[in-house]
Amino acid sequence: MNNGAIVSLIDVHKTYRTGEMEVLAVRGVSLEIKRGEFVALMGASGSGKSTLMNILGCLDRPTTGHYILDGADVSRLDRDRLADIRNRKIGFVFQNFNLLPRTSARENVELPLVYSPQRLTHSELREKADRVLVSVGLAGREDHYPSQLSGGQQQRVAVARALINQPEVLLADEPTGNLDSRTSVEIMAIFQQLNERGITVIMVTHEPDIAAYAKRNVMMRDGVILNDHLVSQRADAASQLQNGTPRPLSAPGTDLTM
Amino acid sequence: MRVGPTFNVALRALRRNKLRSVLTALGIIIGVGAVIAMVGIGNGAKAQVEAQIASLGQNVILIFSGSTTSSGIRTGWGGAGTLKIEDAEAIRREVPGVIGVSEEVVSTTQVAAGNQNWFTRIYGESADYFDIRQWPLADGAPFTSQDVRSANKVCVIGRTTASQIYGNENPIGQILRIKEVPFTITGMLTPKGLSTQGVDQDDIVIMPYTSAMKRVIGGTNLRNINVQIADPQQLEAAQQQIVSLLRQRHNIRPGRDDDFTVRNQQEIAQAATATSRVMTLLLGAIAGVSLVVGGIGIMNIMLVSVTERTREIGVRMAVGAHGTDILTQFLIEAVTLSSVGGVIGIICGIGASKVLSAYANWPTLISISSVAIAFLFSAAVGIFFGFYPARKAAALDPIEALRYE
Repeated sequence: MNNGAIVSLIDVHKTYRTGEMEVLAVRGVSLEIKRGEFVALMGASGSGKSTLMNILGCLDRPTTGHYILDGADVSRLDRDRLADIRNRKIGFVFQNFNLLPRTSARENVELPLVYSPQRLTHSELREKADRVLVSVGLAGREDHYPSQLSGGQQQRVAVARALINQPEVLLADEPTGNLDSRTSVEIMAIFQQLNERGITVIMVTHEPDIAAYAKRNVMMRDGVILNDHLVSQRADAASQLQNGTPRPLSAPGTDLTM
Repeated sequence: MRVGPTFNVALRALRRNKLRSVLTALGIIIGVGAVIAMVGIGNGAKAQVEAQIASLGQNVILIFSGSTTSSGIRTGWGGAGTLKIEDAEAIRREVPGVIGVSEEVVSTTQVAAGNQNWFTRIYGESADYFDIRQWPLADGAPFTSQDVRSANKVCVIGRTTASQIYGNENPIGQILRIKEVPFTITGMLTPKGLSTQGVDQDDIVIMPYTSAMKRVIGGTNLRNINVQIADPQQLEAAQQQIVSLLRQRHNIRPGRDDDFTVRNQQEIAQAATATSRVMTLLLGAIAGVSLVVGGIGIMNIMLVSVTERTREIGVRMAVGAHGTDILTQFLIEAVTLSSVGGVIGIICGIGASKVLSAYANWPTLISISSVAIAFLFSAAVGIFFGFYPARKAAALDPIEALRYE
């Protein structure tokens, strides 16, 4: 099964029990995502895509079935082991940014390193965080609080935070849900750039326009995969931005690999 | 394992909410400050009582006449007049280890000199009295055994009485009229201050007991006998011997009550210090209640903080925080609040007791142990009241926490 697949789900079920009711949120999903893919996970609310996303993000465990992440079965790990996996292998981007309030952009980006096994000095932390912030086009905003940043800038801080531990997989849950269309395109440009540098991106969205920036779309309905196809006419965020108001995302030649 | 960074995280969170942190710590500051000040006052009072008890003299046995029940009426100490001069002489003669005996009679009366007069206490004593009480003279000389034998009209006076009668004049050698009998003042006592009962011990005239009985008070009974023993080891034995000697002299048959009361100074000291210990405990307990209230304040704020920061906790867990990291973070916040509050409280408490000693003239005594206990207790309050909110935070489900509005 380890044929270049970074993520593989094998017949995953997830059942919630609320009182007497049993809710079958995910019922039999098998999915393989290779290194370097850019997958949009789509579906209406209640389709099970959020549950699947939580399992992919190691925030939750499947009731039955297996989840192989980077060659290791993580479907039966305990809370703390899952936390370690999240820290090392997964970067999260949320719809509502989830930055710590009254905390500078730099400190927000440093957050995953606080819980990382590698011990860095204060100045190493700072240097590393600043480098990632520059790479998402936030040079000069290191000391700003989230309240002093626009929605797009806040989401870029969140992307920087997701990237700081050099994760295998970037998981984005409705990353453009709280952004206007232009800012959404900016964030998609960053995602596409990152993906070209080899980072696997999995993104939940219900907007077909946004899903068009991905390489592959997976549609879910009622807890199962309805269809799974490659995007034929892929949208290119960078060229859209250039054709529209020309405003570069980041300085030319910025290195996203850190 | 990651306590260092977690410590920084916790301190940063406290700094983010400065006013709230200060107000929360204020509860502990007041609690610890109150404990320190109250225990300081209690200990100060205790030390003062102990010093006063010690000033009664060392290895002293007091024998009071009375508590007679012959007619069914108990008259209390010194009431019945059962102690005779001969009893004191017998003790002096027959009880081993006795180094001093003072026959004591007490009265209050008007004393006068020139156109000044003053109502004071008259003590009749033997010449041993000043040694027994360890009460040296500030000036002049005490009366002698010869004065006692001859019932001479001599006396020594306390500082208060002297200043009331003579003002700033030197009283030594002056004549003091006591019940119209002229007494020559031979000496002035060193001041002792207030007794445990608040009586001014320097408002006194001391004269040979023979003179007091013959010329001032009248009667042939002693109120009490003060006995000093050489060796504290012999105190118990001497006390028993005195009891059996006096029972024999007073012809008390076995099974009947004594017609006198014997107390030693240690018993009196124990009773007095027990009282002040109870007072210290009581003050400390009342102050302790405010410390507990401060702890509840911390718990309250930590619970609010956990609810408020549910999303933050979710984010931290999503990026790799273990439950123990979150637990440690909130515990450190609580313990920092309580122990910083504790340190400030200790400083405030010491300050408050200094102010009390300086302006209200209350003796206070801050011991290292009370400071250490107050500090450890405040840290313990932080752990105790911080644990529940911290555990609540650590037990949050990251998915729920991230979605929390």
